[in-house]
Amino acid sequence: MSEQYPALVVIGPLLCALLVSVAGWLRPRLCLPFALLGLGISAAASTGLLAQVLTSGPVTYRLGGWAPPWGIVYQVDNLNAVVAALVSWVALFNLAASYRAVMTDYPEKIGPFYTLYVLAVTGMLGMVVTGDAFNLYVLLEITSLTGYALIGLGGGRAPLASLNYLFLGTIGASFYLLGVGYLYIVTGSLNMADLAKLLTPLYGSLALLAAFAITLVGLWMKMAFFPLHAWLPNAYGFAPSPAASLLAPLMTKVMVYVMIRVMISVFTVEFILQEVALSQFVVWLAVAAMVAGALLALGQRDLKRMLAYIVVAEVGYMVGGAWLGNKLAMTGAILHIINDAVMTFCVFLAAGCIYQKTRGTAFEDLQGLFKKMPWTMTALAAGALAMIGVPPFCGFFSKWYLIRGGLEAGHWGFVIALLFSSLVNVVLFFRIFEIAFFEPMSHGHGGHEGHGEHGGAVALAEAPLSMLLPLMAAALGLVALGLATGPLVEKIILPIIPAGLG
Amino acid sequence: MEQYIPLFLTKYNYWVYIALMMIGLWAMIAKNNLVKKIVGMNIFQTAIILFYVSIGAKYGATIPILQHGSGHGHEAAVRAADYINPLPHVLMLTAIVVSVATLGVALALVIRIHQRHRTLEEDEILEQLRES
Repeated sequence: MSEQYPALVVIGPLLCALLVSVAGWLRPRLCLPFALLGLGISAAASTGLLAQVLTSGPVTYRLGGWAPPWGIVYQVDNLNAVVAALVSWVALFNLAASYRAVMTDYPEKIGPFYTLYVLAVTGMLGMVVTGDAFNLYVLLEITSLTGYALIGLGGGRAPLASLNYLFLGTIGASFYLLGVGYLYIVTGSLNMADLAKLLTPLYGSLALLAAFAITLVGLWMKMAFFPLHAWLPNAYGFAPSPAASLLAPLMTKVMVYVMIRVMISVFTVEFILQEVALSQFVVWLAVAAMVAGALLALGQRDLKRMLAYIVVAEVGYMVGGAWLGNKLAMTGAILHIINDAVMTFCVFLAAGCIYQKTRGTAFEDLQGLFKKMPWTMTALAAGALAMIGVPPFCGFFSKWYLIRGGLEAGHWGFVIALLFSSLVNVVLFFRIFEIAFFEPMSHGHGGHEGHGEHGGAVALAEAPLSMLLPLMAAALGLVALGLATGPLVEKIILPIIPAGLG
Repeated sequence: MEQYIPLFLTKYNYWVYIALMMIGLWAMIAKNNLVKKIVGMNIFQTAIILFYVSIGAKYGATIPILQHGSGHGHEAAVRAADYINPLPHVLMLTAIVVSVATLGVALALVIRIHQRHRTLEEDEILEQLRES
């Protein structure tokens, strides 16, 4: 059983997606249990896989028994194992929380919603575990297509936002495919480990540089790296809340993982630092992403859209960390993939809980919420503190590594931008807390204070328990991850940091 | 100038794919009608498919079907130069499926946009959004 973990991670949800879509026709009530089963299988398998990789080293799984350069292999080391576990658990918790939101908003689309949901997670997990460059493209498109559909399910401007995402996402994925084509021309191979070996004698060739640049731009488009971020705020801002809290935390993080994988396992850090020599430029782009993300977030008057712009800034942290070119910054970038996924999940899920009750996430809808939804707002506060980077919460530790990496590289712009964006996060979140804590509920006839229940059009209560429990788990996870930083870095992240980094 | 002419003529498949790609990209950026943008997107994807298909081709080679099945010890080894490379073509089967699926999702989204805005012209949609 345990030697089949890499396949189970992907096959489990894939087969269950079939069951879910059949159940959608016959018994919509069964959709959620089947979806939970599928993601439960992948969560269990990815956890087992992580334990296996930590005790006995990287795992190579040959699909269909074909040997590596010809067949497709799933190549799992510490980095994918931990990202796969992260993706499957976050997706599972979000699925558990999605029930009420789907029932109230899309009662006639339960089957399609859960099928798309499970397929999107299948694609992400496949991208994480695969060791084949073309296989990665196919899985990337599976995730993207289901993602467009999930976003397009939303009402209002969601279909238009989704179509724009589709245009830019298709360009991004096509660029990735083109880059892989260039690599195939120069090497004749698509297996990542094989590519790394075959590429070494070719360093210095222009075709290789072109392949790297095209692949990278494609991936940046997919992860919404500034200035290619234009699709993200609308897509995640207008998406149905259960879809937003799946895609916003995971999609960008999985793409950052793919970028790091391409950087360290296909091309090597030596190639990137010496042959490409664009590190300075990319880190400055990351600086621009952090500053622009923070400033644009300041201009928003809606919680979800504000969070979407924070995601743009956070992508800047990770790309910058990966490109600073030293061990500390790379550690910070990988740690931030984990931490940022959980904290983005926490705040988006809290926004989903708020939407479930208030039917809106504009700032006016947040008035008086601390009194009405104390648990949700506590979790949002925990997520906010993590995003700001307050010590026991996990966000602090990855920022600490990133800042130390920036100082070691002597890149003051990066350090200042990171601190600036954290300070802007303080302003952003405390503005929300001020509205939610001090401003009374608006009842349509202004100035009427206190006793929200007797005059209010809607008597607000706490979000349903099925949403609240996963939210609490995410909020506690923020502290737990923060406290587990030491072992996480030493046991999981440090062994995979390439030796070539300074 | 002269040294570029052979570059242009012998590698014409690359120029063709780049030209097609740019046509597609231009349509996606400059066209106002959403369906025309989608057509542009399809041209863009097809350009990359053509690029892959063209790199598998060889002069004087035939389709990769072995005439005398392998497994007989006296058979000569297969000469790779006699057959075109099937791998890029097989990869593109998948890419074609992906591009068809993308087209389907895009058209479905366009239907929903049309239901809401009663138009497919992007400027008119944006104007409606500004007014609301």
